[in-house]
Amino acid sequence: MRLVICDTADYVAEWSAKYVLKRINDFQPNPDKYFVLGLPTGGTPLGMYKKLIEYYKARKISFKYVKTFNMDEYVDLPRDHPESYHYYMYNNFFKHIDIDPENVHILDGNAPDLVKECDDFENKISEAGGIELFIGGIGPDGHIAFNEPGSSLASRTRVKTLAQDTLEANARFFGNDISKVPNQALTVGVGTVMDAKEVMILITGSHKAFALYKAIEEGINHMWTVSAFPRTIIICDEDATLELRVKTVKYFKALSATHQKLIQEDGDAILRRSIQNN
Amino acid sequence: MSREDQQILKQFYNCCILRDGKILNEDLWVRDGKIVDPEKIFYDEKIKPHVRIDCNGALISPGYIDLQINGGFGVDFTHNINNVQEGINKVAKRLLEFGVTSFCPTLVTSPSETYHKILPNIKKTKGGKHGAAFDIMYGFKSLTDMYGSLENVCLVTLAPELPNAQSVITELCKRNIIVSLGHSVANLKEFHHRDPGLVGLLTSDQVYPGKTIHYGIIADGIHTHPAALRIAHRTHPKGLVLVTDALSALGLQEGVYQLGQLKIEMRSGHAYIAGTNTLCGSTAEMSKCVRHFKEVTGCSIVEALEAATLHPATTLGIEKTKGVLNYGADADIVMLNKDLELLSTWISGECVHCNYKCNCQ
Repeated sequence: MRLVICDTADYVAEWSAKYVLKRINDFQPNPDKYFVLGLPTGGTPLGMYKKLIEYYKARKISFKYVKTFNMDEYVDLPRDHPESYHYYMYNNFFKHIDIDPENVHILDGNAPDLVKECDDFENKISEAGGIELFIGGIGPDGHIAFNEPGSSLASRTRVKTLAQDTLEANARFFGNDISKVPNQALTVGVGTVMDAKEVMILITGSHKAFALYKAIEEGINHMWTVSAFPRTIIICDEDATLELRVKTVKYFKALSATHQKLIQEDGDAILRRSIQNN
Repeated sequence: MSREDQQILKQFYNCCILRDGKILNEDLWVRDGKIVDPEKIFYDEKIKPHVRIDCNGALISPGYIDLQINGGFGVDFTHNINNVQEGINKVAKRLLEFGVTSFCPTLVTSPSETYHKILPNIKKTKGGKHGAAFDIMYGFKSLTDMYGSLENVCLVTLAPELPNAQSVITELCKRNIIVSLGHSVANLKEFHHRDPGLVGLLTSDQVYPGKTIHYGIIADGIHTHPAALRIAHRTHPKGLVLVTDALSALGLQEGVYQLGQLKIEMRSGHAYIAGTNTLCGSTAEMSKCVRHFKEVTGCSIVEALEAATLHPATTLGIEKTKGVLNYGADADIVMLNKDLELLSTWISGECVHCNYKCNCQ
């Protein structure tokens, strides 16, 4: 588990975008070797998408040989509804970059057979060779995608009925009318995310400080699923560290020079230092 | 266009577009001459555009629509009786230089023989490389003059106080022909507080809710005083339609011309009766009218553009396909710079005129 503590949420956006940039460019994707990216929606990653679009426009990155898989989508919400994740992804990211629409995968919440849709999604991920980097956020209760606390660590892509808490939290996106909030969603499972070669979690704001504490300082726990993730890098702002012990924060901050190397264009993931024999 | 051309998907990028009363930082996608929804294409068809056109930061507006134009470039629609179609085609082509992609050739009040000769020879046309689209508008005295030849007519101007006006209006409405009030003594005399005449209609409380009264105004800086434009804009901006009312002298170079019975002289952009200082009709260019209107009223870019696009389209009831950049509308567009100067004109997504080295080819 790596934890990168940035001063502000803006810097979380920049850091995470730079990390994606470096991972894709180091991978050197080509027609025979696609980079496979797992993507989230929501307020937290918005800044990261903006930065990636900026880098694309500055020709620092191309998405021509990138395949994407999104985490989740509401069931029976029209695809062009402003709260649908299809709408979010198209308008906040895809329409601004050079990705081939054939390489974009978002669960179809209007599919006639939802179970089949979920199974097909898992198969497509396998066919693509698995996910190289899965980016996600977590909710104040620790949920990732629509995997609410208590979801099995072995869960796969499936139909989920949303908890009352989630419906209430989402009502603000549907004119504060809870009856308009879709009560089902398709979501990747915790197991689907954990299978990725690497997971990057973005956490900002003091309201998520407790979730970060649970993910880092407590034991592995399926009520706080991020705690169970292997090969994870968490990017957070100062506010999100409020519930952490001083010792924990100081430990990770002391590693910041190492972490900085992760996003430098010529940086290596592991620092080597030659020790002189005198 | 061949079948293959029709399938070409074009993306205009690096531009702003006027849509839903807002200027948006959006791309415009066109296929088969229509504006299409790129999000649908992205998810359903999963294809990328075949052609990408860099607009260099231009503002894209729907093409201008001129509801009242009597001629131009030496052609007078009412007097060129013998080669009607030729004259209209010439004007349609040249109007592209002013950003006009649709217009109503207007016939001024004439003896009935004139109408009988002209009307059957004008047909509603879709625009293209040959010129702007057109529909017909004209004024006349009584319906019997015209009976039987109204099928090519979309708008009729008449004086409401004439006998039988009410029954004529009812008859025209039945045929889906728009009725415009004018030629009236009411608009010849000055506005009076006890008898506001046609101007009074702009703030009338007798208009059905949801109905908008549209009115044309020539914003060429000559025919209408800036204060009149400001009054119009402030009292009833939603119904304001910019028209040119241009005559045959529109677009002519400096010099003396024989137009019909009249000898005219073009001097510093205006048409005078030769050898005098008497103006002989409007030579207003629509793109200039839009800029002038914005400048003197201080209105927003959106308001100025809509007065030459959405409002005239709404007047004719064609706002689903013309005067807007909504999905499904015709891709008749103009590209403008930030001062609303015309850069290029496009009909059905094809560049038909450009004022600079644009990337249209």
